[in-house]
Amino acid sequence: MKDKFQKIFKGGLGQLTIPIVAILFLVGFNLIRDPSFFSIETTLNNNGNMVLAGNLISIINGASELAVLAMGMTLVTAACGGQDISVGAAAAIAGSAFVKILKSSPNITGFTVVAAFLFACVVAMLFGAFNGTLVSVFKIQPMIATLILYTCGRSIAYWINGGATPTVSSPIINAIGSFIPGVPIPTPVLIVAAVAIIFVLVFHFTSLGLFTQSVGINGSAARLNGINSTFIKLLSFIILGLCVAVAGTIGVSRLGLINHETLLLDIEMDAILAVAIGGNSLGGGKFKISGSIIGAYVIQMLTITLYAMKVPSTDVKAYKAIVIILLVVIGSPVIKSKFQKYIAKIKSNRQRVSMKGAE
Amino acid sequence: MQDTTLLQMRHINKVFPGVKALSDVDFTLRKGEIHALMGENGAGKSTLIKILTGVYGMDGGEIIVEGMNVSIHSPQDAQNKGISTVYQEITLCPNLTVAENMFIGREESTLVRHKFYEKRADEILEKLGIPARAAQQLGSCSLAVQQMVAIARAVDMECKVLILDEPTSSLDDKEVNMLFNLMRDLKKQGVGIIFVTHFLEQVYEVCDRITVLRNGELVGEYLIEDLPQVDLVAKMIGKELDELSDFGQIEEKQYDSKDIFYEAESLSSSDAMPFDFCIHKGEVNGFTGLLGSGRSESVRAIFGADKVTGGTVKIKGEDVKITKPVDAMKHGIGYLAEDRKRDGIIAELSVRENIILALQVMKGFFKPISRSEAEAFADEYIKVLNIKTASRETPVGSLSGGNQQKVILARWLLTHPDYLILDEPTRGIDVGTKLEIQKLVLKLAEDGVSVTFISSEVEEMLRTCSRLIVMRDRHVVGELKGQDLNQAQVMKTIAGGETQNEG
Amino acid sequence: MTKKKFGSLLLIASLVTTLLFSACTTGGGTGSSGGSKGPIKVGVVNNPPSESGYREANVKDMEAVFSAANGYELKTAYSLKNDEQLQAAQGFITEGVDYLLISAAETTGWDEVLKKAKEAGIKVFLFDRMIDVDESLYEAAVVSDMSKEGDTAVEWLLSQNLDEYNVIHIQGAMGSDAQIGRTGALDAQFASGKMNKVVQQTATWDEAEAKKIVESVINSGDDFNVIYAENDGMAKGAVAALDEAGISHGINGKVVVMGFDCNKWALRELKAGNWNYDGQCSPFQAQIISDIIQGKKTVTTKKIINEEKGFDAKTLTDDDINTYGLGE
Repeated sequence: MKDKFQKIFKGGLGQLTIPIVAILFLVGFNLIRDPSFFSIETTLNNNGNMVLAGNLISIINGASELAVLAMGMTLVTAACGGQDISVGAAAAIAGSAFVKILKSSPNITGFTVVAAFLFACVVAMLFGAFNGTLVSVFKIQPMIATLILYTCGRSIAYWINGGATPTVSSPIINAIGSFIPGVPIPTPVLIVAAVAIIFVLVFHFTSLGLFTQSVGINGSAARLNGINSTFIKLLSFIILGLCVAVAGTIGVSRLGLINHETLLLDIEMDAILAVAIGGNSLGGGKFKISGSIIGAYVIQMLTITLYAMKVPSTDVKAYKAIVIILLVVIGSPVIKSKFQKYIAKIKSNRQRVSMKGAE
Repeated sequence: MQDTTLLQMRHINKVFPGVKALSDVDFTLRKGEIHALMGENGAGKSTLIKILTGVYGMDGGEIIVEGMNVSIHSPQDAQNKGISTVYQEITLCPNLTVAENMFIGREESTLVRHKFYEKRADEILEKLGIPARAAQQLGSCSLAVQQMVAIARAVDMECKVLILDEPTSSLDDKEVNMLFNLMRDLKKQGVGIIFVTHFLEQVYEVCDRITVLRNGELVGEYLIEDLPQVDLVAKMIGKELDELSDFGQIEEKQYDSKDIFYEAESLSSSDAMPFDFCIHKGEVNGFTGLLGSGRSESVRAIFGADKVTGGTVKIKGEDVKITKPVDAMKHGIGYLAEDRKRDGIIAELSVRENIILALQVMKGFFKPISRSEAEAFADEYIKVLNIKTASRETPVGSLSGGNQQKVILARWLLTHPDYLILDEPTRGIDVGTKLEIQKLVLKLAEDGVSVTFISSEVEEMLRTCSRLIVMRDRHVVGELKGQDLNQAQVMKTIAGGETQNEG
Repeated sequence: MTKKKFGSLLLIASLVTTLLFSACTTGGGTGSSGGSKGPIKVGVVNNPPSESGYREANVKDMEAVFSAANGYELKTAYSLKNDEQLQAAQGFITEGVDYLLISAAETTGWDEVLKKAKEAGIKVFLFDRMIDVDESLYEAAVVSDMSKEGDTAVEWLLSQNLDEYNVIHIQGAMGSDAQIGRTGALDAQFASGKMNKVVQQTATWDEAEAKKIVESVINSGDDFNVIYAENDGMAKGAVAALDEAGISHGINGKVVVMGFDCNKWALRELKAGNWNYDGQCSPFQAQIISDIIQGKKTVTTKKIINEEKGFDAKTLTDDDINTYGLGE
């Protein structure tokens, strides 16, 4: 057992150690608390589809927007050494833009939905480019730069559709936010998978990963090697913009309703946390997108666990904070190096013992 | 004699983790004297100054001010004991007035008695002949005047010892003269001035005495009359002039003007003064001069590393524009930067990723080098350059300095450059690796690659370069080749004066 | 350097907001007729319409009732900040309006301004929200009674005569007036044992959060037959969870769905039989105030509770939707 632990901490998993240990801990905790917690069943939903249901599905499904945003946030963090705190507000804008197009057509067809989504993408990418320009060209701290959109984003969303909460109802929207007829897996989960695959392909077919990490770790050296760090930083914000559009679209489609004040409220903090829990340095540099995705599921599993335990609503955030503080502290360099020293000590002790034994 | 001694530092020792920064250094300053503290970078000048001003504590030795043994705990403490420093960068507030800058933070509720302080400031400014008014905003004064205000502030705090750390580096000739006049005035008033600078000529213009440091040790204290400029350079670099002999002479090759690979005419950048330069195919040449002479800035201008501000560039006879590093790279130029940690390695990335970086940039964003190809490249260069690393996936930051340097060399060699600029490739690495790198440079030249080589060690340059461009005070002051390529000649040219050799 | 930049950014931001707000105040009625009588000048200090659907309807209602056609000249100022609202009120007093209508951001800090208004002979009406001042300083306060909204809803629920009441209670942002009012009546039922609390969680008005709460109850296998959501959006979120789990709801469904606010789209859900009940939170105070100004209505008590309805899906009419529904 100890050996396995050592292996995990010594390298095997590296950066992913913390998020994986966290998820294993939560799974273990829930299994002890309620062995049936992770049971999955099939039910017939009100649209007449056989679909999967259960806490596990709720977790994976519910974390979709967060997972998508965490992927983009990872890239921005890596390139710029800072975070975009406007993703929630920007998603409200993208969602409003999506609804605006849907409402402007008399009946919602597949074509309208695609057009609306593309429009939302363009809008979100423009706002991403705005943030990115402030950061890359004007060298403003990312948190300060995105504070602007964070503050005014939801007002902009209001201007798009007005104050009431406009609703759209269409089987297509329902299919995006809930289930595609005949597919038992929630569509948002499929969308997350698609986005993740796109990221993998982008990293495979471009030098985005190498360049982003170079810019994030040592901007001066990257520049002297001919990398246009302004472009890389800007690009990271534009890609995050795309993620924002996807998250906003999922959010709107889940209920067929846009409430600019509450859509993905406070998600920026969760997205940043997901990046941190994923073992990525918030100071930029090396990154693992997979870590951030796991981080997103850790956060969601935590929330669902607390709901399932019927923790009083006023206390949920406090409990969440405690667990997150623990995770982040355990993942901190100070604790890591202490732990490594401890392991080294055990090892040398054991060696001494075995040497004595040999004598 | 004893009366005139103002400050004595005796047997000063300072150790940083792994480095002995100062060992047993003595320094003496007398009343009414301007004393130059000289030495190359890393010689220990700034460490000594920082101990004197209380920024660092010392590990051994004593400081005596006017016969009293003192210990200095902080810059504030130093100021109270009459030791003031004016740094290269102005540390005052440009948006306050001159008077406010002179008195802020010194006494309680200073700014309340506005009129009183403005009057006093005006008196001091007049006394020192500084062309500024007390009520003027500091930011509206020239840099030189700002520097003088900083000095006036120090003087008014009844300073006995005034330390000027590179005060002239951002001033023009006229401003330097103004500053020197002020220094001479203060000298008459009995202030002892410690003057730290890279500009040799300025030392001879204004100083009375010179103390030379090298590698954290005291070389000696000299009266200015006793130490000609050439000798000063020799002392700083650590070679006595008569000791120097010619060896390892590179055979002079004749180049056809057809073979010119790179040619620049009055090229200048934000950091480099205009200069002319050319290099032939397969030639190894070098820039030499003291640190701060502008040698690094010049090669950075060639590579487009700083903002290029003027000049024309030809490659193989054709006009080209190089304004940023990627332009230079596309024309087959590689540049190994002087500061390996800051401008070279991407510390947390693996050896493999560091090696392919420049090639990847040249291939472009949408044509990534495949993993297997990258691994093959990395393995090849780890073998060719004998890079000692646990594996190609080891983060480059955990390698030794010499091996990090080899990784960066590999990065540029992988791009198969026509012209490689190596700025201090051998600094801080062990002797064995140094030789390997020198051999590599010669081999590259044999293969037709042009190389510009910069090293603080003149010997090393003589062993590799067939032509040396000599810089002083940010200007090219000579070009040496053939018979002139020997240490004595290089020293003389660096030092300037009577034996100046105009190339 | 960065500090400087940050400073100038703040400056720009504050400038922009000031401009926005000053632009707002000039909106509204401009048509001052040249007649000897002239229009009645009304200054309205309100929260911005972007605050919520409720507020948007509230602002529109004000503009419609106090229109030039009805003989009014309307000046408006919108802000979420109390000090900006105070300044705007001060401005209206200086301009010399006849009536000052206030929906305050905070309940405190209004004494001075209202005294000045009284000295200047300006009559003050409070709407939507009460302020902590002496009653003598205003003519009347037209407000909603949130706890009455809760009472009405719970009364309706009891009148359904269900065999048992297993309630999922989804609360709004904790501490808000609406949450406190709408929670109270239900809490009393839980306390008396007449209804059984399956879960009581806040979704802070967030629709998606409401869906997660209901999902978690479904996953835990607990039985429930009532969803009491403190606004329409959260009710919609809850219903989405029911739909995905294949649980029937609404008229003839297994689960009774209750919401608040009477958005038009929510009332349509009622009409379609998907939901059972929607409680009104009336943003329409303008007509009452106008009636008092024009002497059509006399004030008996200073606190006038705006009458609010609860709609049952079985009896809802299309007229109700058009009259009482908010939004489009």
